[in-house]
Amino acid sequence: MQVTALRFKRKAKQNLRNARLQSALGKIQVRFVQARADAIADLDDFAAVRQRATDIREGVLGNLDAWLERFEQEATRRGAVVHWADTAADVNRIVIEIALANQVKKAIKSKSMVSEECALNDALEAAGVQVVETDLGEYILQLAHEAPSHIVAPVLHKTKDEVSDLFAEKHALPRKTGIAELCREARDILRPHFVSADMGISGGNFLIAETGSVLLVTNEGNGRMTTTLPRVHVAITGIEKVVPTLEDATTLVRILPRSATGQDITNYVSVLTGVKRPDESDGPEQFHIILLDNGRSAMLGTELQSMLRCIRCGACMNHCPVYQSVGGHAYGWVYPGPMGSILTPLYAGLANTLPLPNASTLCGACAEVCPVSIPLPDLLRELRHRQSDQNLRPWRERLGLRVWMWLTLRPLWFARATAFASRVGHALGGAKRRLRWLPGAGGWTHGRDLPAPAGKTFRALYRARKPQ
Amino acid sequence: MRTGLFVTCLVDLMRPSIGFAALKLLETAACEVIVPDTQTCCGQPSYNAGDYAAARELAIKLALEFADCDYVVVPSGSCAAMIRIHYPTLFSDDSEPARRVRALAARTHELTDFLVNVLKLQTVPGRYQGRLSYHDSCSGLRELGVKQQPRALLAMLPEVEIKEMQQCETCCGFGGTFAVKFGDISTHMADNKCRNIHASGANAVVAGDLGCLLNIEGRLRRIGDAATRVLHVAEVLAGEQGEVPCK
Repeated sequence: MQVTALRFKRKAKQNLRNARLQSALGKIQVRFVQARADAIADLDDFAAVRQRATDIREGVLGNLDAWLERFEQEATRRGAVVHWADTAADVNRIVIEIALANQVKKAIKSKSMVSEECALNDALEAAGVQVVETDLGEYILQLAHEAPSHIVAPVLHKTKDEVSDLFAEKHALPRKTGIAELCREARDILRPHFVSADMGISGGNFLIAETGSVLLVTNEGNGRMTTTLPRVHVAITGIEKVVPTLEDATTLVRILPRSATGQDITNYVSVLTGVKRPDESDGPEQFHIILLDNGRSAMLGTELQSMLRCIRCGACMNHCPVYQSVGGHAYGWVYPGPMGSILTPLYAGLANTLPLPNASTLCGACAEVCPVSIPLPDLLRELRHRQSDQNLRPWRERLGLRVWMWLTLRPLWFARATAFASRVGHALGGAKRRLRWLPGAGGWTHGRDLPAPAGKTFRALYRARKPQ
Repeated sequence: MRTGLFVTCLVDLMRPSIGFAALKLLETAACEVIVPDTQTCCGQPSYNAGDYAAARELAIKLALEFADCDYVVVPSGSCAAMIRIHYPTLFSDDSEPARRVRALAARTHELTDFLVNVLKLQTVPGRYQGRLSYHDSCSGLRELGVKQQPRALLAMLPEVEIKEMQQCETCCGFGGTFAVKFGDISTHMADNKCRNIHASGANAVVAGDLGCLLNIEGRLRRIGDAATRVLHVAEVLAGEQGEVPCK
């Protein structure tokens, strides 16, 4: 998927004016924010579970190589094949090799953001393999040729009416309007694919080192069919998803759905271990697990390491007022919102993603809800620091900050400059005491007045008042 | 008790009445208030733009200016959090300036937090009649835990009725230079805030950070609301409410 983060501002502006999108985004507050708050309140001791989850994730990162090796041993022992992929291209190559070796004509997929990271569908189609997304949201997006705008609710940007239109057009069936009818229609279309597919591709929410299992949380049931019906199952996930024990995984499962959708638990929690055994009726004959690095290991030991704790719940974007305003597509790659504004620059390079770390007020709503306590605002600032260090900021901004710094370190000049600005600003403010326009501050005055300064600075007034 | 008052650059330049209101609150509570004449800015613009070296210089300057104060009080959650939370992260060594900055951080308080938790104020000098809605500014709320303090103080004014707005903890869209760099998004967020203020039934919105107030007031006036008052909590508590905006 092409990275278009440099167009963030333009895209954001369009999205702010898109009434349909705004109405779709308006649902985040009830569906996600309120739902999460209720689910967290139900938990006996959220703070303790969160701390435990944080410790588990951070603990793994301290010994990531060892836990991955353990995972590989245990998975291999149970008949799975573990593949290591340095880059997205490596993932695609490995999946295609597996597909070709097994004469795969059709692959069905359950939801996987890592496969989006790799643009796997395009690669498979180019290699002659038909790909069918079976998660309802992802299926809708595949029909519409659109990218996900949210990591948990990929089709959040679409309204039900748009889906009705899309289904009527693509399925060539009478237009349905009820959600249940639309779901049934999708199910009718997808069922034959489940049965006829040669390969199932899934993500992996956690890798359990002690058993070599892949844990999946899903809601629609398609995940189970994808991972058990076809003869070949390929699970693709990031190397950071490993946890030591089943017990650890269950702690994280207590907090993941609550943080994501406000559910106590998802409809399905699947622990997939090894291949189908002779006495079993279901399961794949081959189980391939592809573990992607793609820049992740480079974060270890750096100021950004805590980002690797992320369990992809989406709470940070649900609670981000910027995401709530502009939607996920504005961010220009696979991962939107605060977590995306940290991951995308690491993937695509600082220079190709300049707006992202800055497109935040650092309000901290994201960090407040993060179930693994990632200090997202600090990480965003760290990326700004790297931009600044590498002289990537626009010259006008750099000049402005330099002038400001020069003044703030020289109180006398600062006093003269602020006295002047206060006087001029006050005069420009006129009787209404506000400015409707200010050179160089169009970003502010385009949508807001600027209350005028008082005419004299505090320091000047204080000096005048103080009996010496 | 020698109490340093760091008024912040924004108050200094844009709305001195907030500085005087803070001064009055501290003096009424019998603090010996020190207002260093050389104070400028806490360095937040540079820090949040990623220029840590520049922020470090200002941290050292501030630590020297307030070296002889028992406490440093700031009528702004974000500037107080800059000093209290972020300054120490800028220094990893044990040099003299670093120690001085850490000491400054430890004795710096946001104004309402200082009034409630250090001075344990029981009364405030102001008089205010009306329905107020309180906007929780992000840094004060999330970095310093400023939530009940301003409400407890406002509750000491008998004729004040607090009408909580929906999403009072949601960012107003200011975010320092964000408000200029991403003006459209910032305005959209301010719009949401204005809608919640209007729906609250209050006729004034109060907050502890001038940045938020400028943003909210700027949007309210632009959409034609000249009536809703936009006040700093210090102004209300001290009874020094600047000027009423003209209709």
